[in-house]
Amino acid sequence: MNRWATWLWLAFLFSIPVWMTNQYYLYILINAGIFIIAAMSLNLLLGYTGQLSLGHVAFFGIGAYASALVSLGFDLEITDSYTFVFAPRPVWVGLLAGILVAGFFGWLVGRISFKIRGAYFVIVTISFAEVVRLVALNWIDLTEGPMALNNIPPLTLGIPGLWELTFWRKVPNYYLVLVTCILSYVVIARLVRSRLGRAMIALRENEPLAASVGIDVTRSLVLAAVVSAAMAGAAGGLYTHTIRIIDPDVFLFIYTVTMVIMVITGGKGTLAGPIVGGLIFGILPEVLREVASPEVQWVMYGLIMIAIVFFLPDGIVPALASWWRDRFGAGGGGAESQSEPGPGPEASGTVTDTMGERA
Amino acid sequence: MDRFLQHLLNALMLGGTYALLGIGLTMIFGIMRVVNFTHGELYTFGAYMVFFFAMTLSTNFFLALVFAMVLGVALGAAIEFVLLRPLRGASIDTTMLIMIGAWIALQNSEQLVWTGVAKSVIHPFPAEPVVLGPLSVSWIRIFVFCVAILLIVGAHLLIHRTRLGKAMRSTFQDRETAALMGVNINAIQTATFALGSGLAAAAGALLGPVFVLVPSMGDMAALKSFAIVILGGLGSFKGATLGGFMLALVEEMGAGYISSGYRDAMGFLIIIVVLIFRPTGLFARAERIG
Repeated sequence: MNRWATWLWLAFLFSIPVWMTNQYYLYILINAGIFIIAAMSLNLLLGYTGQLSLGHVAFFGIGAYASALVSLGFDLEITDSYTFVFAPRPVWVGLLAGILVAGFFGWLVGRISFKIRGAYFVIVTISFAEVVRLVALNWIDLTEGPMALNNIPPLTLGIPGLWELTFWRKVPNYYLVLVTCILSYVVIARLVRSRLGRAMIALRENEPLAASVGIDVTRSLVLAAVVSAAMAGAAGGLYTHTIRIIDPDVFLFIYTVTMVIMVITGGKGTLAGPIVGGLIFGILPEVLREVASPEVQWVMYGLIMIAIVFFLPDGIVPALASWWRDRFGAGGGGAESQSEPGPGPEASGTVTDTMGERA
Repeated sequence: MDRFLQHLLNALMLGGTYALLGIGLTMIFGIMRVVNFTHGELYTFGAYMVFFFAMTLSTNFFLALVFAMVLGVALGAAIEFVLLRPLRGASIDTTMLIMIGAWIALQNSEQLVWTGVAKSVIHPFPAEPVVLGPLSVSWIRIFVFCVAILLIVGAHLLIHRTRLGKAMRSTFQDRETAALMGVNINAIQTATFALGSGLAAAAGALLGPVFVLVPSMGDMAALKSFAIVILGGLGSFKGATLGGFMLALVEEMGAGYISSGYRDAMGFLIIIVVLIFRPTGLFARAERIG
């Protein structure tokens, strides 16, 4: 029955461009999709390993810049006499490079910062993102700084000479983002059910205990960070090649906050959480555009975040799932609760703390 | 050499306000175990309150500074009362999320009230700088430095010489035991948050007239306070004071000798380097990590 529901959902998502002819709505969905990928990647760290990484936008931006630079080509003056010239490569090479470079930085940050926990870890990740933003702003030879990288080519796929498709329009881009979303979902779903995923959840619940039963703490965390960063890099690459202009503002802290709000609202540590949160906060700003200025919206989002932590600390998805179970008995179990790995939704570490205190 | 001395002097002048920011944050973390993301917003609030009293209402400049600090304390107490008191004992991640939400809401409220247009506060000090041989420094900076030092000494005396300070220190050392000894933990935490917020507002009120005011000014202030506190070790008063001066020095030297564009990056590079080699900060004892 669940399998049917999944296929039905997929068919619905794939059919959207057929009946939704409004290009602006498609654009909103593409944007939401990109942020959903980013939110899913953040959820891997925040939800499954329990590490609050507040520098996640750095990986997104690094992926975006790497992909843009590889597809545009660049010159770097190393010494007065020697200039390193990088010729433009096809966009798919750029996207791969973006994923790899972001993954590499995920590894680096993971190696450095998983020595520390809690407040220290959070501050290091914020600092990392700020440093990257300042580098993007000031390394004008490479990034054009505040002048932004313009005319970034869209993705082109095909067999040379036979058939080619350039992703200029919204419809192919929608499918591109949708397919990447599904791929990311499958990767995360498989990962959290694997040995590594169980190790990650064990670490979140009780780190000393997990270490005592032989889980290699640093290795598991670093691996999670690499996958998470690479996925955020992929989202950044997609963003670059659909928006086709990029400036250092992609590294602003507010985007990390957007991702965090998406994950927390949807439900951290659940597979569907970032998707629900991403859809809500991807579409809401566009819906509210007419009635509320961006500042009013942001005040609201800040308050929503506070309200969620106070009243719905597990997020929307676990709350809905338990409501569904209460209503239709244990046999029902929506798609979300089925995809819940290992411990139930109420088992997540931070949440139990608050619940316990208030009970 | 003259240039070096000038940078040194600038760093000293700036360091006082940085130390204020750091002390406020480190107190809140040490005693409450809360990473206060609204710290930068209190800084912004202090600066705009000076603008409001001194420019909009044309109050006396010095009186405006006092009002700004008092209101900063009040706002801090309000935030603590509404957001943190109900979550007493919650995990550090939970309070962090709450404070991030509050940060976003506060910053955008400031944006709504004051709009994005930069504002400046006119201060009563003469525009021409004091010249000491090859060095020069403006009067307002000297004033800011002196007030900052006074506030640091005041905070130090409060913590080390008063009953309230004693209660704070005992809460810092061992919350449960302090409570058993009859310390009103709830009141102490509110007082701590209010006082730390007041110091941030004071830093904003003092630096506001030196720079221009924009609603997003608090972001950098918050991130710099984190850098200062990490440098000194989370929860260490002395560390935060020294950390403030050190960050100012590194920034000033970095801007002077490397590139002014990377001025703000210095603090973060320090954080990363310090945490790799000495995760507990430069001045803290090992058991402080947590």
